[in-house]
Amino acid sequence: MTAATEQAQDPNAVNLTINGVPLKARRGDMIIEVADAAGIDIPRFCYHKKLSIAANCRMCLIEVEKVPKPLPACATPVAEGMKIFTRSPKAIEAQKGTMEFLLINHPLDCPICDQGGECELQEMSIGYGSDRSEYAEAKRVVRDKDIGPLIETEMTRCIHCTRCVRFGDEIAGLRELGATGRGENMRIGTYIEKAVGSELSGNVIDLCPVGALTSKPFRYTARAWEMQRRPSIAPHDGVGSNLMLLTRGHKVMRADPRENEAVNECWIADRDRYSYQALNSPERLLRPMVKRDGRWRETDWNDALSFACDRLRQVMEAHGPDALGALVAPGATLEEMYLAQRLARGLGSHNVDHRLRQVDFRDQEFAPVFPWLGQPLVELENVDAALLVGANPRKEQPLVAHRLRKAALRGAAVMCVNPVAWDFNFPLEANLAAGPAGMERHLAAIAAALFEQTGKPAPAELARLLEACPAQYAHRAIARRLLDARRGTVLLGMTAFMHPAYASLHALARAVAEGAGLTLGYLSEGANAAGAWLAGAVPHREAAGARAVKPGMAAYHMFAERLKAFLLLGVEPEYDAAAPVAATAALGAADCVVALSAFKSPAMLEYADVLLPVAPFSETSGTFVNGEGRWQSFAAAVAPAGEARPGWKVLRVLGNLFDLDGFDYMSSEDVREELRQQVGDLAPSNRVSGGFAPPPVDVDPMLTRVGYVPIYAVDPLVRRADALQQTADARGLAVASLCAETADRLGLRAGQSARFRQDGGEAELPVAIDDRVPAGCVLIPAALPETAGLGAAFGPLALVAGRG
Amino acid sequence: MSGKETGQDLISAHSRGEIDAWLAKYPADRKRSALLPALSIVQEQNGGWLSTELMDAVAEYLDLPPIAVYEVATFYSMFELEPVGRHMVSVCNNISCMLCGADDILQHIERKYGVTMGGTTADGRFTLKREEECLAACCGAPMMAVDGHYHENLTPEKVDAVLGALK
Repeated sequence: MTAATEQAQDPNAVNLTINGVPLKARRGDMIIEVADAAGIDIPRFCYHKKLSIAANCRMCLIEVEKVPKPLPACATPVAEGMKIFTRSPKAIEAQKGTMEFLLINHPLDCPICDQGGECELQEMSIGYGSDRSEYAEAKRVVRDKDIGPLIETEMTRCIHCTRCVRFGDEIAGLRELGATGRGENMRIGTYIEKAVGSELSGNVIDLCPVGALTSKPFRYTARAWEMQRRPSIAPHDGVGSNLMLLTRGHKVMRADPRENEAVNECWIADRDRYSYQALNSPERLLRPMVKRDGRWRETDWNDALSFACDRLRQVMEAHGPDALGALVAPGATLEEMYLAQRLARGLGSHNVDHRLRQVDFRDQEFAPVFPWLGQPLVELENVDAALLVGANPRKEQPLVAHRLRKAALRGAAVMCVNPVAWDFNFPLEANLAAGPAGMERHLAAIAAALFEQTGKPAPAELARLLEACPAQYAHRAIARRLLDARRGTVLLGMTAFMHPAYASLHALARAVAEGAGLTLGYLSEGANAAGAWLAGAVPHREAAGARAVKPGMAAYHMFAERLKAFLLLGVEPEYDAAAPVAATAALGAADCVVALSAFKSPAMLEYADVLLPVAPFSETSGTFVNGEGRWQSFAAAVAPAGEARPGWKVLRVLGNLFDLDGFDYMSSEDVREELRQQVGDLAPSNRVSGGFAPPPVDVDPMLTRVGYVPIYAVDPLVRRADALQQTADARGLAVASLCAETADRLGLRAGQSARFRQDGGEAELPVAIDDRVPAGCVLIPAALPETAGLGAAFGPLALVAGRG
Repeated sequence: MSGKETGQDLISAHSRGEIDAWLAKYPADRKRSALLPALSIVQEQNGGWLSTELMDAVAEYLDLPPIAVYEVATFYSMFELEPVGRHMVSVCNNISCMLCGADDILQHIERKYGVTMGGTTADGRFTLKREEECLAACCGAPMMAVDGHYHENLTPEKVDAVLGALK
């Protein structure tokens, strides 16, 4: 085929040459994109493929035949027959000139700059600059601003590329940084002293081509060339962001994103970037410990393991195998989950669970094989309507929020049914917020409107509920948008899973999704909830979704029923359980608690009998299955600290000590492959047969608690990451927020202290006025020491007394 | 996590009316276009300078992130970010005025009224603005603008007559 006929077929094809190499491009492509795709280097600072084109650094100047002046490659579209030269004398002269001007005001502090050794300015200077400058005058100095605990600023080094400014505007959705002043006095900053508040803020560190924005916790701790780069997977949410852990010796020094367009693009959330700090926490459990006669003593592995076995055996001999409950963190590895449930089931107990925050299990039989996102993450960008049920994606799964934001900015209607009107960084089509019971009513009314509009019959089991919740204008509008969507999705989030009527919300969400032909998806908890279901870390299903012969108890019931023995893997029930008071009471009353943990806490020393130090994600090999069902395996980045051992090895030895069959794995890969064989080609699907009949919605009590898990309180790692704990998303959260109307009714004022009672526990909290909270509700976060004395996230609340 | 405080009250009803007249000239989703006039209006309301609170109020009124307002306010020399005197005196010192003796005029003002360029007289009567651009009255050079009114073909005596009349 000749070039001419080919072009006739595709009017958008463009032929051009760069440095004499013939290349094909698409009309509208910029020269720099074509060069990048062909592996031809063009220097740049302001251009970034994920950001808008600014063309302000002038570093990418190149020569185009017949054009008298050099052109910026980032902002020059290709044209047919273009002859481009990136290393011609004219191009080199332009690049050298730009480089010299950029360096005029750049300080020569590379020896103490954290960016040294991984600095784009250094690299470009060596590749395209000159070794001398004609500039001998004074350099300008810019005073630094404190922009929070995560990002260190050294603004004298800034070369004004504005990548950070565009990131805030275009990606984070919070424009916080800007260019103030003009000419010589232009500077990048916040103008006023202000901490940047985006949950993606750390990405500006990677974007900054110089050392103006660097990681604050990492500052002055290591040089780029001293560190090893170890690929890993982020352990906090269902996105499964790809990480690069930078290690020196046996210590993780920093966590950077590892590019994976299908998962995290080139971003990571701050939670994934800074949680590594906890790996070096003084609370790390470094040696096995046993409690004999009420006194804790460090011991060796043999002693601790046989002690644990003996105690568990005694309890089960006295009370039967059902007296054992095994709880695994939703952020544990697939291999750990699989072995934990094999161990428990091998000992005769089906009491295995990872759903620590869930309270309503009425419809668990109808759950899909695993809580699947229902679509690839990338597809979230392409929806034209999304209904979020009990989800605050910005704080639950920040990169899911980022994908939804892209869709919303392109015109998609994102609509919410939440207990509280959470803040979004993109426009919402609808934001229904009316407390926990209101969620059910709104969702039922949307379903009613939907079936009213399609004329199709609603599922029979929902008929009574839909009748009780007539649709209003807002519900009809939402139903219309969902029905009109070419591609739409209904997503259930963390608040839905924690909801006292999760089964009802679930049934309604399914009905809405199926009724409108949309994809149902779950924004599930932790890094590996999908893996937990596949591994069988649920009481009613064994590995690969096989129905358990004799279903065991869910986590909530294990605590409520006060089992006699507990095996904990990476969980801190005082924060991670739905009802922390009941959980600690049950653990305190148990005859034996064996905790496999990376950390020791005062609470754990209180209730546990044996502490076995297991490796966190950075020190073990393992696999996380993300919301898309993507199995992502990783190797240990560093050796386990102290005498800690990978969890799968500890569980294997426990299996051996109990003489269970088939616990002779040689590697975590063996464990994974055994499970993979069982899973086979089991296709993920959120369509299930059968339905759950929700009872009518309860009448709201006088006062209802609305709980949520703060973004930096979700798991033992982030709770110990100091820098994250100093951010606005973690500080001063222990308040009771309510709207002005409810505060008036209760006679409460902002700033005063009030004592609340829930489920027999009490907590005294300062009062704050927040009009995002619906009338009759009090927003009190869960998973904080100050609120752990209260009950489950949602439920009737009583005001005991207001003071001050 | 407190309720949203509204700073819009800082903008007077009169100023709001003026801003709204500008807003009406642009599409509803392009409120940013009215930022320059809005800043001029509130600066006048506030005695010739913009406080951070006032810029925040403008940001809220125009649905802009505060930093977008700071960027514009710090870029243009016609906005003052510190308190100023009761009157604003700008002596043009661009090329034409300079050739016609603007430097002497400036020196005269600085000596006689005890004020340096960019500063305010001790009695708060006027601020001697650090002018950055040509004021576009070259035909009458040297010239100065006092509160926006042009005075041309200046001599020290003429300057004294104008400045002496300021309250």
